[in-house]
Amino acid sequence: MSTITSLMSRIFAGLQFENSCDVGVFSKLTNAYCLVAIGGSENFYSTFESELADVIPVVKTSIAGTRIIGRLCAGNKNGLLVPHNTTDQELQHLRNSLPDQVVVQRIEEKLSALGNCIACNDHVALTHTDLDKETEEIIADVLGIEVFRQTIAGNILVGSYCAFSNRGGLVHPHTSIEDLDELSTLLQVPLVAGTINRGSEVIAAGMTVNDWTAFCGSDTTATELSVIESVFKLREAQPSAIVDEMRKSLIDTYV
Amino acid sequence: MPTELRLNRQIIFLFLLKHPAAKLQHLDYWILNYQQIKSKSAMAANMFVVPQTKGTVLCCKCGILMAPNPANMCVTCLRSEVDITEGLRKHATIMHCPECDSYLQPPRTWLKAQLESKELLTYCVKRLETDLKKVRLVNAEFIWTEPHSKRIKVKLKVQKEVLNGAILEQSYVVEYVLQDHMCESCTRFQANPDQWVASVQLRQRVSHRRTFFYLEQLILKHDAAVHAIKIKQMDQGIDFFFANKSHASKFVEFLDKVAPTKRRESKQLVSHDPKNNTYNYKYTFSVEISPICREDLICLPPRVAVSLGNLGPLVICTKVTNNIALLDPLTLKAMQLVEYDVFNVEVVSPEFNNGASKYVMADVEVARVTDYGKLFYVRTHLGHILKPGDRALGYDLYGANNNDNELDKYQNLVIPEVILIKKSYEEKRQKKRGKPRPWKLKSLDMELDESRGYEEKMNMEYEEFLRDLEENPELRFNLSLYRNKDYQPSEMASVSDGDDVPSVPLEELLADLELSEEEDGDDSMRD
Repeated sequence: MSTITSLMSRIFAGLQFENSCDVGVFSKLTNAYCLVAIGGSENFYSTFESELADVIPVVKTSIAGTRIIGRLCAGNKNGLLVPHNTTDQELQHLRNSLPDQVVVQRIEEKLSALGNCIACNDHVALTHTDLDKETEEIIADVLGIEVFRQTIAGNILVGSYCAFSNRGGLVHPHTSIEDLDELSTLLQVPLVAGTINRGSEVIAAGMTVNDWTAFCGSDTTATELSVIESVFKLREAQPSAIVDEMRKSLIDTYV
Repeated sequence: MPTELRLNRQIIFLFLLKHPAAKLQHLDYWILNYQQIKSKSAMAANMFVVPQTKGTVLCCKCGILMAPNPANMCVTCLRSEVDITEGLRKHATIMHCPECDSYLQPPRTWLKAQLESKELLTYCVKRLETDLKKVRLVNAEFIWTEPHSKRIKVKLKVQKEVLNGAILEQSYVVEYVLQDHMCESCTRFQANPDQWVASVQLRQRVSHRRTFFYLEQLILKHDAAVHAIKIKQMDQGIDFFFANKSHASKFVEFLDKVAPTKRRESKQLVSHDPKNNTYNYKYTFSVEISPICREDLICLPPRVAVSLGNLGPLVICTKVTNNIALLDPLTLKAMQLVEYDVFNVEVVSPEFNNGASKYVMADVEVARVTDYGKLFYVRTHLGHILKPGDRALGYDLYGANNNDNELDKYQNLVIPEVILIKKSYEEKRQKKRGKPRPWKLKSLDMELDESRGYEEKMNMEYEEFLRDLEENPELRFNLSLYRNKDYQPSEMASVSDGDDVPSVPLEELLADLELSEEEDGDDSMRD
């Protein structure tokens, strides 16, 4: 990430995985890699590939034989956690495809949909309140972050109802102001309550985000997109160290 | 245990939202704060709970700031998105009979209802029943339409669940077109107004019509002739015509209860359908009331007198209901009443209660008004009301000519010369003649028998009947008397003797019913 300085912050909307606008279910995006599910057509994969291929590896995979990989695994630039029912081949495939500094770890946990239970960025994680103590330790260990047990708007599936990167975060629309303040303090990033995919409250299922890119589902309205690009700070191009001459900060919006 | 509410499906009512930007015409929204409910329940459990304030999000469509709701769209966007009245009927047709102002409930019932009444509203909503199964009806009311426009408009407010749990409330207008269609009974009536299926011929073989006046009032009070399509006055009786045999039977049963009657039934074949084996008949009931009236003197045949416990052959009839009440063992054929003056009264026995009426036996000294020469000493039962100087009415047996076979059968019968029946208020009535009464009666809508031309006699008899009512509270008991608004109490009322002409006390009078065209022409006022 540090080598890549010229990045055009872009936000992609209008994505569909086999006619479903739930992008965050079928993909996992971090600052170091991107996982994509195996779909019938290559459109989904090619969108990610065209955007990210020269920056980070885009890996097509399945987890536990399913395509809902975004909801089953959790990770950041330091590591990736997969549930206990991941097959050995999948594990091996992941270990082979991802860069070496990313540690892939399979964990034994009763709550196997890790993507729904854990929301994390590169510094801090929010987890389901009933997560095992061991799992919490493994998270802290493998991903190198601080772990907080939290609820969001009364929901314990924190991984589903919020999506945050190192720059900002979007949470469930019914979150109260006190909760927002509390979470914001914990995560040390600005948070906003909003919706995705035309009023859906399940944020993390509808979009996937890292520090410079966001991918949103096809039903997302312009209002929602503007909220996303403002909170994740995707609007301005970062002119930190320009390698690429092209300084397009295009925003693909879907009206 | 954790007290967080796991809300997978939040049902939040959207009601009136007071937002300046939102212009609501048909929709009312407001938002119920479920967080407050949660904290209330937690506080009820005595836990410390941080007060939660609702944040605001942007509407996902138009981007205005709003409080979050299950659809996460602002009110206007939601309304433009979803119309819960889609698929519900906005126009309907109903049949209306202009003659009797009733509405058809298929297949056959006709419901009578006023415009903008509760019954009509219920009927209109019921017509849309199939539609209203899909949504929940909250409110219904009429919108005013011109009565001649043949349109009825009803505003319905409905609720339906949309979009992951939000309940939307919307009102819409249904317009009903009234189609004129005569109902069956009106059609039948129009086709042939004289068409009747059953008739009751009521007769009494006496020369006066007192019984019929009394019966008329009774019928009115009990609404017994409410189904009669025609009532015709005949010589010595009245004919009632009905559209339905059961109505006629019911009327005959009623008559049986109030008067002593003899009845016969017959039927006449009108038409016959050989394929169906159905037969149409016209039924006629012949009801004859016994000729014995109040204040008649009756001579009982010996067998009857013996069976009644040796009641003497001469009796006075005091009351006629479905039984005949007889009093005093004396018999004679009915005669004209003659006036007597009372000179002296000596009470013989104490008060005697005979059921409803009190009597005191007394010896009185009387003389006929026309002939003061002859004084009679007689025993009478009117001791409780007669005083010296009074006038009384009675039967003059002294001057009568008896040629009755029955009397001859009795041997050793002592017939008194005078039998007094009742006290007369004739003198006092002279003063009051011509003055209206404070009460009045209703009357049946009858076709009068014009052919005989005995109108004057009828009026006199009616006047006597009214006097009868004034004197006898027990007669009045079964009838309804109505207050006469036109009556003004006269100043002369203060000048009166100690013994007033009996009149109906005001408490007994019913407040006058309002007369309007709505009533079936059965009732009309007659003074």
